[in-house]
Amino acid sequence: MRLVARTNPVSRLAAAIVVTAPLLLTLDWSSSAVILAFELVLLLAAGAKLGWILRSTWPLLIAAPLAGIGMLLYGEPSGHEYASFWLAHITSGSIALAIAVSLRALAIGVPSILLFRGVDPTELADGLAQRVRLPAQLVLGTLAAQRLAGLLISDWRQMSLARRARGLGDAAAIRRFLGMAFALLVLAIRRGTKLATAMEARGFGAPGPRTWARPSTFGGRDAALVAIAAVVAATGLGLDLAFGTLHWVWS
Amino acid sequence: MLLLGPSGAGKSTLLAALAGVVGGEEEGEQLGELMLDGVPPAAARGRAGLVLQDPDAQAVLARVGDDVAFGCENLGVPREEIWARVAEALDAVGLEVPLDQPTSQLSGGQRQRLALAGVLAMRPGLLLLDEPTANLDPAGVVEVREAVARAAARTGATLVVVEHRVSVWADLVDRVVVLDGEGALLADGRPRDVFTTHRAALEAAGVWLPDASPDVPAAAPTHEPAVITAAGLAIGRRRDSVVRAGLELAIPDAASTVITGPNGVGKSTLALTLGGLLPPLGGAVQASDRLARGLAPQPHRWRSTQLLTRIGTVFQEPEHSFVARTVRDEIAVGLRALKTPRAELDARADELLARLRLEHLALANPFTLSGGEKRRLSVAAVLAARPPLLVLDEPTFGQDRATWTELVRLLRGLVTDGSALVSVSHDAELVRALGDRVLRLEPAGLREQTGVAA
Repeated sequence: MRLVARTNPVSRLAAAIVVTAPLLLTLDWSSSAVILAFELVLLLAAGAKLGWILRSTWPLLIAAPLAGIGMLLYGEPSGHEYASFWLAHITSGSIALAIAVSLRALAIGVPSILLFRGVDPTELADGLAQRVRLPAQLVLGTLAAQRLAGLLISDWRQMSLARRARGLGDAAAIRRFLGMAFALLVLAIRRGTKLATAMEARGFGAPGPRTWARPSTFGGRDAALVAIAAVVAATGLGLDLAFGTLHWVWS
Repeated sequence: MLLLGPSGAGKSTLLAALAGVVGGEEEGEQLGELMLDGVPPAAARGRAGLVLQDPDAQAVLARVGDDVAFGCENLGVPREEIWARVAEALDAVGLEVPLDQPTSQLSGGQRQRLALAGVLAMRPGLLLLDEPTANLDPAGVVEVREAVARAAARTGATLVVVEHRVSVWADLVDRVVVLDGEGALLADGRPRDVFTTHRAALEAAGVWLPDASPDVPAAAPTHEPAVITAAGLAIGRRRDSVVRAGLELAIPDAASTVITGPNGVGKSTLALTLGGLLPPLGGAVQASDRLARGLAPQPHRWRSTQLLTRIGTVFQEPEHSFVARTVRDEIAVGLRALKTPRAELDARADELLARLRLEHLALANPFTLSGGEKRRLSVAAVLAARPPLLVLDEPTFGQDRATWTELVRLLRGLVTDGSALVSVSHDAELVRALGDRVLRLEPAGLREQTGVAA
């Protein structure tokens, strides 16, 4: 994984998009299974430990089977019916759907989470602005706003303590939540305005070309990463085509 | 140059205009002409650099080096030169931290010096500082003042400072301009001349003069029994992060206690723990029988409405505690929670509005008040439930002299009427006026301070 760590965050984003695109466009379980298996082999080959993979993706490992169970019980019934009660029907069709949905969630989620682990937001912003040529105003504005999130979390904590101090801490949890959410919005706008002034005072948005203190570069590693992603995606789709199991979302 | 005047005189607006960051038409009117090197300031970005009051609001990027470089990037400075300028600017403000140090891990004084470095790297001819030390502890104030002095000497830039506390800057500036409440010019001249000839007007305008303590009686030592004590107390905002441990303290009843200490040492956390808002992470906080009135002695176990009538906490940021749409409702919120009869509720709310001079604002939205008014409102809202113990976190933070004096007189009046007060502050004048007992919290622990110096 140390090889991935030294790639440009933009190429990691591109790799994640390339791998997951076929999964978002198809519905069958075989392409998901092939791509997921391929991903795991590559991750292990790249030196990732299985324990590390499980630790990093555990929320997904819980969510994916849950999504599958939903499909199993309430997915469109077709084929042989094994069991049913009230609205739930477990059929051969819904079993296939359940497996496909769980596998797909994993095949999309695992590489996305692992590729983006440890991505530095500043580095990603540099890449998006310099390489993808997204507008600097947009990218830097978003980057700066993201830093405010930490301040808003501490605002929220202070506000909860203040509610208890003011005698509002005992009851009406929902109303209290709504009130706090509104007050937080006011604070967020105020903080945002202050930050915008500070940025403007430092010449942000000045006419004329902007330079970048940190160069964002692509190297052989980046090309390799995206190429590998393309091979993984193509293999999944290719096997599907070969076995005739391909099922596009729109068909 | 030092720019002085009461709150609302338009000092900050003037600085913002000089920096070219005054908003467009929708934010107000602009009359007349302002030129920087012969062009409007907005067209001369980079000629004027502005440092603002709030250290939190100014770090744009996550790492020290990147943040200093931000202004240069915006001005289109070539890459190699940017890093040379970054090193030079950090050196000028004496900030010796690695370039990849996260900005969130700096102290308040360091963050203000970082903001100054970010501005210096742009090589401005005009350096604008808007209350740069208002939010800092005394050590941070000295750090920033030294950094500004060194940077001004090294770059030869013109310096304009807005600040309530004159003593910090008096030796550094060679011209003082004073505005009155309407923004008209009141005085303009050499510091010594202005301070002597316009003394009364300056004091009336809320300016803190170098050698004049505010007109409030000094604190006197107390021998009252304790209203609340702590033994072996460990404090922290979350279970897994103990900030200080093993604290022993007693807060005297019917007297005023001030807790001082450097930024980040856990003073606010201690105040919130004493106020029954955070649970002790070790040891115990114990309320006296007079305070507990039949409840268990641990304040953090009281219900919210029980706490309300026993301990009132005034937060550092009044906005964190505002819950109502009008000033009057804000005062009445606690009384409603206590199901106070309508007639008594109205009477108490009216009395507090009058006492804290907020009657004319009774129907205003709390968020729209000025800084001093917000502070008065947050105190009024707590007083409504008549708690015998008040905990105040930085009650005089960033206040001009007039608001300060008024607030301190009010708090002293409460003590005279029998309330107990605990204030967390690094304001030396507040310690002098309200420190009947002074506790100093330091990394090494808590100790009682005798004498007046903070």
